[in-house]
Amino acid sequence: MFNPFTRPEIPMLRVLDADGRITDEERKPPLGDEDVLDAYKRMLFARTADAQCISYQRQGRMYTYPPNLGQEAIAGAFGRVIRSEDWLVPAFRELGAWLQKGVRMRDIFLLWMGVEEGNRMSDAPRMLPPSVPIASQLLHAVGIGKAMRYRKEEAAVFAFVGDGGTSTGDFHEALNFAAVWDVPVVFVIQNNQYAISVPLRMQTRSRRLADRADGFGIPGIQVDGNDFFALSTAAMAAREYAIEKGPVLVEALTYRRGAHTTSDDPSKYRAPEEEKIWETRDPLRRLRLYLESKGLWREEDERALVDIYKQEIDQEFQIAEGYPATRPEDIFRHAYREMPVDLKRQQAEFEKYLNWKEHYQWQS
Amino acid sequence: MAVMTMVQAIQSALAVKLAEDDRVMVYGEDVGVEGGVFRVTQDLQKRFGADRVFDSPLAESAIIGTAVGMCIAGLRPVVEIQFSGFIFPGFNQLLTHVARYNNRTQGRYSMPMVVRTPYGGGVRALEHHSDSEEAYFAHTPGLKVVIPATPHDAKGLLISAIESDDPVIFMEPKRLYRAIKQEVSEESFSIPLGKAKVVTEGDHITVVSYGAMVREVQKAMVFAAKAGIKVELIDLRTIYPLDRETLARSVKKTGHLLVVSESPSFASVASEIMAAVSEDVFLSLEAPPARLTGFDTVIPLPHGEMLYLPEPERIFYAIKNSVEY
Repeated sequence: MFNPFTRPEIPMLRVLDADGRITDEERKPPLGDEDVLDAYKRMLFARTADAQCISYQRQGRMYTYPPNLGQEAIAGAFGRVIRSEDWLVPAFRELGAWLQKGVRMRDIFLLWMGVEEGNRMSDAPRMLPPSVPIASQLLHAVGIGKAMRYRKEEAAVFAFVGDGGTSTGDFHEALNFAAVWDVPVVFVIQNNQYAISVPLRMQTRSRRLADRADGFGIPGIQVDGNDFFALSTAAMAAREYAIEKGPVLVEALTYRRGAHTTSDDPSKYRAPEEEKIWETRDPLRRLRLYLESKGLWREEDERALVDIYKQEIDQEFQIAEGYPATRPEDIFRHAYREMPVDLKRQQAEFEKYLNWKEHYQWQS
Repeated sequence: MAVMTMVQAIQSALAVKLAEDDRVMVYGEDVGVEGGVFRVTQDLQKRFGADRVFDSPLAESAIIGTAVGMCIAGLRPVVEIQFSGFIFPGFNQLLTHVARYNNRTQGRYSMPMVVRTPYGGGVRALEHHSDSEEAYFAHTPGLKVVIPATPHDAKGLLISAIESDDPVIFMEPKRLYRAIKQEVSEESFSIPLGKAKVVTEGDHITVVSYGAMVREVQKAMVFAAKAGIKVELIDLRTIYPLDRETLARSVKKTGHLLVVSESPSFASVASEIMAAVSEDVFLSLEAPPARLTGFDTVIPLPHGEMLYLPEPERIFYAIKNSVEY
């Protein structure tokens, strides 16, 4: 009997194989050698910065940090496509895209050191701070997109979410509002296959997260999230489509090679064999093999550059470490644009107490 | 001047701001073509266009969450949550983003939005259509909470709320939507947020109220007057920031405080007012601060709701008990 419930498999977009060979010339993005080299260097910088962050955290000089290891190609490819007039609405694991948007490492360090100032990111135009409540930021992207349509701006919003975030109500509401309002939003799912410890098969029965787009009447594609070329093709096409027509969903299939955050221990919920497999699919390795095969890169280039990056990053870290201590007024200043009388009173009373504490003759 | 109901006065405020400021957007469920289930936004879409006044799909989290994005992009959204009892899917956006964004980004992105929502009981409605949720919002740092009690105040306060650079939860006592008519200017005018109004001066007791209960207190004052009790009635108008100065000045004079509200009592706005007055003018008090509120139960369905809502006789009873303490 005919089974009406079957659907054809749709292949994932892939251009570069695990050994760095181009398998699909037609879908390769229009990037010159210099562009690719620059992208690789930026991804290398992000990976170096990421490792430094973990190291600072281990030394107790920074708080919880979410590593990007294994996912750098997504931020790297999208980071190149996101222009200054576009908005970047991050989740929290897109370090390379933040840097390319203009965020300085010192602010990133401040953020993970628990200083509010790090969230301002004022060097990055049209960039939001990371969103801790999962997927709630996608709605902000839709609102920004609506404002852009109202003002007839020719630009797009790039909004990021993880695979876990696709289970939330806000994810669905955002895609639905975006579709109904025809807003220029590119939704990017970084499907790294784990939401902390919960694997994708426990998160959803969707064959591909990209299929969710069908339910909202918008296009969705699945792309190899460790393939810089495929990601670049997807990102460029998505931006163009979003501006001309409306929202799109891009699922980038990748693997979080590190822990969820520095407080997490992946050995509790996944096998080392699995981690080994994904090591061979690493996005930087793939792009490096490609560059080496074209004679554009050598191992010694890499070592020298990483040393320079480490120094740069450490200088930024020292600036962040030198940030002054929080003062009582810092707690109150930005609670409202117009400070309520009650807060002025609370601040004054707190300062009075601090003054008393300093001058009281404490008995030892 | 024109005679307006609260519905018309709110509509007039929205029309004024839509005309004055092209950053103002009005949207929510049924607000566009239909003009809102209470007709507050009637004809606004025709007058200002569907790119300024529009319907949204049915999802409160998204209505408030998209308003966050619009604020970030420099607009001033005024969104409607059709009934306050349905605001909770949007509560996450309100608490985790709207209330905190200015602080989170150290002033880079402010949230000049207004969330309008009809609240409160007394209109014989379905379940979830009669609750009073103001305490949740008043408890949340970063939000301002405004509740008008007259058409004139509704217009002036809403204009201030839309002009405020901070997010405002604007709760509309639906029981008063069409219950009172009043002369209201058709022009633009504003009433500052954070300022209570002394509705009636009196020497014997300060009664503080807001929303639909203000009118019930006024009815109780007829009984009080006959009993020779002169009530000073204060309409809070803004729940947060609380106008402690006006409250303290009044209680210093009367020595008695009664707060009347239709919300549950525990950890409520009434509790906060009692605490504030106790802190500020403790030695002026001649009786324990008192409150008359809804019970700490679910508000009954229409068949029993009038038992729950403070009625004029019961308010008079509470006034008398305080004065005779």
